Amino acid sequence: MERPVHELSIAHSLVSLVQQQLPEGVTRVTAVDMRLGALAGVVRGALEFCYGIATEGTPLQGSTLRIVELPVVIHCPECRADRPLEGLAFRCPVCGRVSGDIRQGRELDLASIEYDDPEAASA
Amino acid sequence: MTTIPRVLEIRQKVLSKNDELARGLRDRLHAHGVFTLNFVSSPGTGKTRLLEETLGRLVARGLRPAALVGDLATDNDAQRLMRSGVPVRQITTAGRCHLEAEMIASHLEGWDLGRFDVLIIENVGNLVCPSSYDLGEDLRVVMLSVTEGEDKPLKYPSLFNSADLAIITKLDLAEACETDLAAMRENLQAIRPGIRVFETSAKTGAGMGEWVSFLGEQHRIRHAAREATAE
Repeated sequence: MERPVHELSIAHSLVSLVQQQLPEGVTRVTAVDMRLGALAGVVRGALEFCYGIATEGTPLQGSTLRIVELPVVIHCPECRADRPLEGLAFRCPVCGRVSGDIRQGRELDLASIEYDDPEAASA
Repeated sequence: MTTIPRVLEIRQKVLSKNDELARGLRDRLHAHGVFTLNFVSSPGTGKTRLLEETLGRLVARGLRPAALVGDLATDNDAQRLMRSGVPVRQITTAGRCHLEAEMIASHLEGWDLGRFDVLIIENVGNLVCPSSYDLGEDLRVVMLSVTEGEDKPLKYPSLFNSADLAIITKLDLAEACETDLAAMRENLQAIRPGIRVFETSAKTGAGMGEWVSFLGEQHRIRHAAREATAE
């Protein structure tokens, strides 16, 4: 049942977002940086695989996808501190208090891109 | 010609286009007083059966529901829901594993939203992919049957954590399946602390009254709040 179909949809969304943001005249993107939270519901390997397919025939073809994985961070009202989760249970790893107040972990973000700038070279 | 490498900071959500569409949809639905729910579960949890029963009971309470039904293929589920007499439309995703906001928007076309109080969206049976896609719903409801194993929330944390409510289905089979309901509840709370859980059997009607009263109440509260802010 869990085929990597939605990672392909996500890879296509990523490619079109990059294309919208590309400065005029740029024909080659060399790298794309992403932030991926542990709760984003996206399998890294599947996304990397689909990225190759989705970038074909676009200025992103052959570019490197760099993914920074982010752990889930909850806010503990007892400690009044943000705590990265250890394992799956949503409780403070220091004091044990249960908390569903998520401060990090749902990210599915495009952070930045690297591209070759032909303007700068000819100027 | 040589080129110079450049870095451009973007910082945008990859699904920002879907999120934007979903926000627009939510505003539109609210403007018409429609309370919207997005139901997600594995295949075979009994979504359609529970929704059939839910639609009938909503009508009996004097509410005007409508439903959008997502499936990879076939319109069998929509056919079943149509028997309840409420407006139903099928969204066939042609192999796609989830619904997106754009599919909801296009399938609402031509419907007079002012005629509905509650919109029920039955997502494609899948516990992974739908978690990333906002459909403009007010509440996301995850369903879990007693036949599926108590640890399902632990296996699919992204989706269970993204849900606002949980419904345990097929309660009538719990004994035969030796389901440890306490463990199931505990696992739901571990992944989504504080989540409200309804325990139901669409077959015997157990828990259905409480569930449908909750929906009626939610619709009433939200509608009243919007009327108040509109004044």
